[in-house]
Amino acid sequence: MLLIRCPWCGERPEPEFRHAGEAHIARPADPAAQSDTDWAAYLYLRGNPRGWHRERWRHAHGCGRFFNALRHTGTDRFAATYRPDEPRPDIPDT
Amino acid sequence: MTAARLPDGGRIDRARPLRFSVDGRALTGFAGDTLASALLANGVHLVGRSFKYHRPRGILSAGSEEPNALVEIDRGPGRREPNTRATMVPLTDGLVARSQNRWPSLRRDLGAWTGLAAPLFPAGFYYKTFLGPGRAAWHRRWEPLLRRMAGLGRAPDAPDPDRYANRYAHCDLLVVGAGPAGLAAALAAAEAGARVILCDEGGEPGGSLLAAPDARIDGLPAWDWLADALAELRGNPRVALLARTTAFHHGLQNFVALAELLDRPDGLRERLWQVRARHVIHATGAIERPLPFAGNDRPGVMLADAARIYATRYAVLPGRRVAACVAHDGGYGAAFALHEAGAGIAALLDLRPEPPPALLDEARQRGIPVLAAHGIAGTRGGLHVTGLRAAPRLPDGRPDPARAQDIACDLLLMAGGWTPTLHLFSQARGRLRWEAAADAFLPAGPVEALAPIGACAGTRDLAAALDQGFTAGLAAARACGFAGTRAAPRAAPAPAQSGLPIAAIAAGAAEAGMAFIDHQNDVTAKDIALAVREGFRSIEHVKRYTTAGMATDQGKTGNMPGLAVAAAALGHDLPEVGLTTFRPPYTPVSFGTLAGRHRGRDFEPVRTAPLHDWAVAEGAVFEPVGQWQRARFFPRAGEDMRAAVARECRAVRQAAGIFDASTLGKIEVTGPDAAEFLERCYVNAVRSLKPGRCRYALLLREDGFVLDDGIIARLAADRFHLTTTTGGAARVLHLLEDYRQTEFPELRCWLTSTTEHWAVIAVQGPRARDLLGPFVEGLDIGRDACPHMAAAECQVCGVPARLFRVSFTGELGFEVNLPAGNAAAVWDALRDAGKALGIAAYGTEAMHVLRAEKGYVIIGQETDGTVTPDDLGLGWLIGKAKRDFIGRRSLARPDMRRPDRRQLVGLAPQDGHSVPEEGAQLIRSIDGAGPAIGHVTSAYWSAALERPIALGLLERGRDRMGETVFATRLEDAPQALEVVRPVFLDARGERLHG
Repeated sequence: MLLIRCPWCGERPEPEFRHAGEAHIARPADPAAQSDTDWAAYLYLRGNPRGWHRERWRHAHGCGRFFNALRHTGTDRFAATYRPDEPRPDIPDT
Repeated sequence: MTAARLPDGGRIDRARPLRFSVDGRALTGFAGDTLASALLANGVHLVGRSFKYHRPRGILSAGSEEPNALVEIDRGPGRREPNTRATMVPLTDGLVARSQNRWPSLRRDLGAWTGLAAPLFPAGFYYKTFLGPGRAAWHRRWEPLLRRMAGLGRAPDAPDPDRYANRYAHCDLLVVGAGPAGLAAALAAAEAGARVILCDEGGEPGGSLLAAPDARIDGLPAWDWLADALAELRGNPRVALLARTTAFHHGLQNFVALAELLDRPDGLRERLWQVRARHVIHATGAIERPLPFAGNDRPGVMLADAARIYATRYAVLPGRRVAACVAHDGGYGAAFALHEAGAGIAALLDLRPEPPPALLDEARQRGIPVLAAHGIAGTRGGLHVTGLRAAPRLPDGRPDPARAQDIACDLLLMAGGWTPTLHLFSQARGRLRWEAAADAFLPAGPVEALAPIGACAGTRDLAAALDQGFTAGLAAARACGFAGTRAAPRAAPAPAQSGLPIAAIAAGAAEAGMAFIDHQNDVTAKDIALAVREGFRSIEHVKRYTTAGMATDQGKTGNMPGLAVAAAALGHDLPEVGLTTFRPPYTPVSFGTLAGRHRGRDFEPVRTAPLHDWAVAEGAVFEPVGQWQRARFFPRAGEDMRAAVARECRAVRQAAGIFDASTLGKIEVTGPDAAEFLERCYVNAVRSLKPGRCRYALLLREDGFVLDDGIIARLAADRFHLTTTTGGAARVLHLLEDYRQTEFPELRCWLTSTTEHWAVIAVQGPRARDLLGPFVEGLDIGRDACPHMAAAECQVCGVPARLFRVSFTGELGFEVNLPAGNAAAVWDALRDAGKALGIAAYGTEAMHVLRAEKGYVIIGQETDGTVTPDDLGLGWLIGKAKRDFIGRRSLARPDMRRPDRRQLVGLAPQDGHSVPEEGAQLIRSIDGAGPAIGHVTSAYWSAALERPIALGLLERGRDRMGETVFATRLEDAPQALEVVRPVFLDARGERLHG
C-alpha cells in the first residue's frame, strides 16, 4: 500500500486516493479543429514507460483535489508530488 | 517420560506435562514442546503420506520450512485446520491431531499403489497419460478420480466461529526475526529511544540461540543472556515484542503485514498487524538444504541441524543409531551434539574428499567412523528408515553401486549447506546476487530504509551477527533522530565453516531414483531433468511443469537443490538459470486473518436510505444497487414478485404511488460561473435554463459515449441542484471536479456532494397533486402554476423542501427533496393520507416497469459505455447552438455517425406472453444463422397492457419499424419480436400534465 504525499494534506495511505491518468495532457482549446487522428491521440494515446512517469492523483477521500506526481513505475518510488500550478520537478538522477 | 526424551536439558517445562492425541492415540509431552518434538519424544516419526505417491513421510525439519509433517488440528466444530505444520504447533493440553492423505490408516494406506505405479505419474503426467480410451476419458473418468486422490488435507466444511482482529501500527523500526542478530538490533534501537516492533514466527523469541545453550554472549551462557535481553525489551514501553508472529508480506514503503497467532480461550484466534515502519531490519535467518539422494524422503531422514535442535532445545533424541551424510561442516556439529546426548553415530559420510582436519580429529576422538568422498546410493526401510547404502562418489557425482556397503541406522541426517531466507527482502524489491563464496544468493545492494542482517545476509558467525545487528539497529535509530549509548553484545568469533557447493552436491542426482527435491509435491531430481529434456529452458517453466516449489512450503528446502539439478541439466551455471519470483505470503495465512472483521454483515459497507426502516417494517424485499439497499417490491400476503409489482404499477397509473428515490446522487453547483460550467460539461443548453425550471440532461465522456443522466434544476442564477444515477454519483462528481479543477480553473464555481443530505420522495400518478397538495406551503402546485419541469423551494409538512415537477413514470409526478432526517415523518403523513385515495408504496421493480412502458432509458441498462445520445434517440437534448461540451468532438467521428449503429427500439413479443431475457442477443432469423444484430436491454411484464414489453438496441433500429427479429433463449428456440417505437403507453405524453 503506497504512502502518497498530498500537497495539501501531507502523507496519506493509498486507499484515500484515486489514480487519474497521465499528467500534463491539456484538452485542446478548440476540439472542433482537431483531426480525427489528433483527437484519437488525445483520447487514447498515453505514455507507458518503465521508469519515471508524471501522473495525476486525486485525494478523493480527503481534500478532493487533483495533483501531480513523479513516480518510477518500476520501483513505485515517488520523487515528488506537486500542485497543478507548480513548476514540474526535474526527473531525479538515480 | 518417553523413550526418546532426554533426562535433562532443553527448554521444555517438565513441571507441566500435557496430554494430546494423534489419530486417536493418546500421548504425552511437555509445555514448550511443539507437536513435532512431542511426537518424536514418543518415538513417532511417521506423520503423513506424500501427495502423489503416498510414500510414508516423517518430520524433516524443526521450523516453518517443514514440507512433510502436515497434520489436521481439530479444536472442535468449525475449528478444524488442515495442512498445519506440526513443527510450528505449540503443544497444548488436549490437542487433537490427525494425519492426512491416507486411507484407511497411516500405516496401511491403500493410496500407496500410486507409488508402485510411479512411472505412470512423472511430472506433467496429466499431459501425456490417462488420455484414453476415448476422448472423454480424461474428463469423465480419470480426472475426477485423480482429483479425489489429490490434495493433502480436508477442507473445513463448517463456518469458522473464531474471531480475527486487525491492528494498524506505526513504528520507527520493525525487526523481523528475534534471533541473536535481530535481538541485538532491537536492543540498540530501543535503548536509544526508538519505537520498536520485534516479531518472530517461533513460539518464543530467541531464534538460533534457543538451540545453542553452550554459546556465550557478554560472558553469560546464551540462555541467560537471552532472558536478560528479553526482560530489557519487555520492560521498555516503546517496544512491542511479538512471538508466533510471522511477517508474511513486505509491501511498498515499508508497509509490512504480520500474522500474530493467539489462540485465545475467548475465541480471538489471530491478529493481523499492518505496520508502517520508518525502517525495517530483516533478521530472517537461513534454511538448511537437504541432499538429493535416492530414498532421501523416508521417515527418520532429517535435516542435520533440525536433529540437533530437537536434542538441545526440546531434549528429544530422534534416533539412537544415527548416520549422517554431510556436504558442509555444520553436519559434524549436529552429529557431535547427538553423540553428546547419548546417541551412537554409526557413520558420517562426507561428500568431500578432504574434510577439515580439525573435524576429522574430533570425530576420531568420539569414535565416529568418517567416510570421505562418499555419498548415498539408497536407503532402506518401509515405514521408517532402517539403513543406508553408502558408496564412494564417482567423478560425475553418482554413488558407485558396485562398491556400496550397508550401514544400519534409525536416523539419517542430511547437511547440505544453508540458503539465506530472503523472501521478504525480495518482496521489498531488494535484488539478489549469486555469491560463489557463500554458495548462495545474497542481497546485492542497499534498499532504502531496509537492512538485511545475520544469516540472511550471509553472516553465520554469532559474534559477527550480533555486531552486524547492533550496528544496523543503531543506524536505524539514528536515522530517526535517536542516539543510543548501550554497549553492543559480544561473543567470541567461531572458526569459519565451509562446504561443498550445491552444484557439486547435486551432480549425478538426476540419475538416482526417488531423489526428492520437493517433498511436498513429490517432485524428484529425475522430474526436473525430464522437464529440461522436454524443452523447458526457463526456471519459471521448469517450476510450473514439475510443480517443484509450488506447494505450501514454496520450496523453502528444495528450491536450491532443484535449481542445481536444473542448471546441470541445462548445462548452465547456477546463477545464469536464476531464481523464481518470491511472492507473499511467506508462509500460509488464514483467510480469517486477512478478512478480519469483514465477514457476514460486515463484509462490505451497506448504505441504507432514510426510509429504510419503514420499508423493512412494510416487508419490502430489497435488492443491492452498488452498496445501497433499495426496496425492490412490497409483497402483500400471498403475493409473489410478479403479483406485487403488477399491483404497485396499477396503483401508480390509476391513483398514485410513493417511492423512495433517496439513493440518487445529488450535487449542488454554485457560483457566478455555475451555468457556464454546466454548459461546458453537459450536452444540454444550460445557460438558457431559467431559475424555477429543470431539464433532463445527459453527461458524456470525452469519447462521446453516455456516462450518466439526471436532472439539472436551476434554483437561482448561481445555484443548481444536479441529480445523477444511484451508481454513477461518485463517477460524475469525479469527472466534474476533474474539469473544474484542471480544465476550467478560471471559472468561479463549486461542487458539493449532497447525496446524503436530501431524501427524495417521488409522488407519481393522476392523484399525485391531490395527495401532495395539502402538505405543501409556500408554493402553488396547481396545473398551470407548477407545470411539468418546474423547480421550486417551499415547505412540506413544515420542513424546508425542494420540489421538482418531474416524472420517471410518465404520470403526473413530483419529486420532493427533504432533509434526510425529516423524511420519515413526511412519508408517514403521505402514507396515512394516501390510504383513502388508494395510494401504494412502490419499489424499484415497479419503477423499472413504469419507465419502460414510456421508453425512458436507465443508464447501465440501455447504455453500456458504447452508446451515444443519438443511439438512444436523445440527440434532440444536445444544445443546438453549443460550441463545445464534453464529448462533442467525438460525436463527429465517422464511426459515431454510421447508419448501422445499434439504436434504441421497442420490442413486442409476438406470442403476447413470453418475457424475453434481458441481454438476449437479437438475430435475423429463427435458425440462428448470421451475426447478432443487437440485444435486449430491458424486458418486463406490463400490468397496464397485460402483455410483455421490452427495449433493445438494434442495428438500424429506427428504420426497422414493424419488422420481426428474434431473441435468443438458452433453453428454447429463439423468440419472435416485433420492432416497434420505444414507447408502449401514452405516446403523446399527455398523462404527464395531470
